[in-house]
Amino acid sequence: MGAGHGAALSARYLPGGTAVHRLEPHPKLVAVLAFAVVVVLTPVQAPWAPAAYAGYLLAVLTAAAAAGVGPARLLRGLVVEVPFVAFALLLPFVARGPQVEVLGVSVSQTGLAAGGGLLAKATLSILAATVLAATTEPRALLRGLERLRLPQVLVQILMFMIRYADVVGGELHRMRVARESRGFTGGGLRGLRILGATAGALFVRSYERGERVHLAMVSRGYTGSLPGAPAAPVDVRSWALALSLPLAAAAVLLTGMLLG
Amino acid sequence: MCNKVDAVHVPDGFLDVPTSVATGALAAGTVALALRKARTELDDRTAPLAGLTAAFVFAGQMINFPVAAGTSGHLIGAVLTAVLVGPWTAVLCMTAVLLVQAVLFADGGLTALGTNVTLMALLAVVVGYGVFRGLSAVLPRTRTGVLTAAGVSAFLSVPAAALAFVGLFALGGAVDLPLGTVVSAMTGVHLLIGLGEAAITVAIVGAVLAVRPDLVHGARRISAATVLEDRRPVAAEVPR
Repeated sequence: MGAGHGAALSARYLPGGTAVHRLEPHPKLVAVLAFAVVVVLTPVQAPWAPAAYAGYLLAVLTAAAAAGVGPARLLRGLVVEVPFVAFALLLPFVARGPQVEVLGVSVSQTGLAAGGGLLAKATLSILAATVLAATTEPRALLRGLERLRLPQVLVQILMFMIRYADVVGGELHRMRVARESRGFTGGGLRGLRILGATAGALFVRSYERGERVHLAMVSRGYTGSLPGAPAAPVDVRSWALALSLPLAAAAVLLTGMLLG
Repeated sequence: MCNKVDAVHVPDGFLDVPTSVATGALAAGTVALALRKARTELDDRTAPLAGLTAAFVFAGQMINFPVAAGTSGHLIGAVLTAVLVGPWTAVLCMTAVLLVQAVLFADGGLTALGTNVTLMALLAVVVGYGVFRGLSAVLPRTRTGVLTAAGVSAFLSVPAAALAFVGLFALGGAVDLPLGTVVSAMTGVHLLIGLGEAAITVAIVGAVLAVRPDLVHGARRISAATVLEDRRPVAAEVPR
């Protein structure tokens, strides 16, 4: 319904058997987070920053190629960035500081570097996170978060959310079909009231479903924690493979700092 | 007001590392507290109920609501969730939604996750629910009172989160911006978005109050007000 995350939660997952797919989820999470940290640490005002961004881009595109994630998928991942593109484009015009002429227009030099830097950093991190989401199933990602010591209850909340997002979304879809087949077109305050009733009913149904799920689980022996198979240890080679992305980025950053 | 502007999540690289680390620590601390406090709201049903509520917020954010002549808004949901299920559970639900969006949709940076949780799960809920409780104390204990309190607090939560973001940007942003301009621009846009959020929140809370007032956490004090009516016809009037 409308824009945003229209499809199922697993819509971003691309099934495959590449080495990146086979990696355990938590090294991948750590790798993407470390990559983002390296990207964020890059000073935007440094003269070598654009070269560093190019180096990061090469690293993340190599990872995407190794994972079999095509350019179309990467571009679709970037859609979330659109509002910030507008902000970054505005920066050179509103920021203060020394002015430079670009194509006959006077813009702030710091604003130009900052806007470009923001855009580059956001894009690079989103690309890395898109590769992560495309190569890891939602449930595997949760297992990864659990092994990274995210609190049990939060992991369970996320697990229920992911398992039932499609059910709740499907309910919403059926309500829309029912509404529109009765001639609803939306608009105006009446539309607001009707959609409010829809969302209200959706909340009541979701909450009651939660109560039923809880009772069903209690009757099957749920005591507040979920049994899980003992986690297999991850060998050094997987970690090395996963961390090659942030390490490559860190090498680029260090080179820039030493030479620049 | 275009619905594309409001649920924007802070991406990586927008704030510097110290600011991200500080908001991350704040977010982690509050979520840990919320995990313990939510048990008082939901006891051992916390995980399934908060999970399903998070799924509801996630789905609800996709509905485009008509707000005023030709414009539409969409739900952010912090105050709505706090009024429906209680503030601590709301913090958990909003955190879960933000986590899923960051990890599964690359929407909102991983290093900015703490910032996003601080703004949209913490600040919006704390400010919104605080205002809600304050207003509930002075307004009459009726359906209208609850709806007014919910509407005003939903309205205020949006510019509050936006101003907090501007404050963070002033502390740890990468650019030297004329702060006055940013504040006025952000406040103007977010007052409008707040109006939309208020309208949607009132519509949804009103709908839930009409059918299951017992499920509205923020209306506990009025939930006993509606007495079950016996509307069966009197025996003598039933035709034989």
